Amino acid sequence: MKKLFPFFLTGIFFGIVMYKSEAISWFRIQEMFRFDSFHMYGIIGSALGCGLLIMQAAKRGIIRDINSENIIAKNKEKGVYRYLFGGTIFGMGWALTGACPGPLYILLGSGYSVFIVVILSAMLGVLSYGLLKDKLPH
Amino acid sequence: MLEILKNPWPWYISGPLISLTMVILMVLGGHFGISSTLRSICSILGAGRVAEFFRFDWEAQGWNLVFVLGAIFGGFLASHFLTANTAFTIHRDTIEALKALGISFQNEYLPTDIFNWASLASPKGILIMVLGGFMVGFGTRWAGGCTSGHAMSGLSNLQIPSLIAVIGFFIGGLIMTHFIFPFIFSS
Repeated sequence: MKKLFPFFLTGIFFGIVMYKSEAISWFRIQEMFRFDSFHMYGIIGSALGCGLLIMQAAKRGIIRDINSENIIAKNKEKGVYRYLFGGTIFGMGWALTGACPGPLYILLGSGYSVFIVVILSAMLGVLSYGLLKDKLPH
Repeated sequence: MLEILKNPWPWYISGPLISLTMVILMVLGGHFGISSTLRSICSILGAGRVAEFFRFDWEAQGWNLVFVLGAIFGGFLASHFLTANTAFTIHRDTIEALKALGISFQNEYLPTDIFNWASLASPKGILIMVLGGFMVGFGTRWAGGCTSGHAMSGLSNLQIPSLIAVIGFFIGGLIMTHFIFPFIFSS
């Protein structure tokens, strides 16, 4: 069992960052899909740039976990259909709700209580996927 | 100091802080991938009785649920103690394009005339909140990840599947914004 409190603190940090960066804003997501502003591309791009350095540092053992063991980032399963079709459906939902799963939670916390309905709907979507999984191409 | 924190944070601060979140999670023995928490919650609520997909060791992912609880609380804290006095700087063209669709920008994170409890009584509100949420859940699980799992963790780790998924995110988002929005909002 991992110590859980540090994860709670990390979550608080993440929630504040996403709120203050406006990455949880429906209008920012619209700006992104309309290519009207650099803001979201700057956030994702700079996060990714740092992320690449972090992953390389982790692979070379420069960054290790708290037990000073190597961090292993799992490879994603090979495939095309699941990523393309699943990704497209998520993208449509992302544009509609203006939120990916992280922001769904953070918006709820910020006082937009109706987002509990969006989260429950997302769970219904996950449940439906679980029921249909074997019939879908992966 | 507090005034600086209260102002909107620029992208070149926010982006690196998001990757800092990712590295902290990795150092703590977790990883950055939020959509999988929806599957865990389904399992906790007993979805394992209807589908094999939900019979997995969700307790091993318990740390991620705690992380998400923290994120909810973080949103609460930021919205209570770190709200800016300045207006949002959403681009004029976006505001105009949305106004043409009947969506008004009122200096909020989202259009509050759509995202409210009363609008769940209208087909438009159900479409946006319920169908939209459904697609987020269904799509992320089919694709095996969302913005955090694929666009951040996966792309940082040079995973081709994640690149395909992110291309899919944008195909979907662009189709919805440019081709489907006019049908939903013109009525």
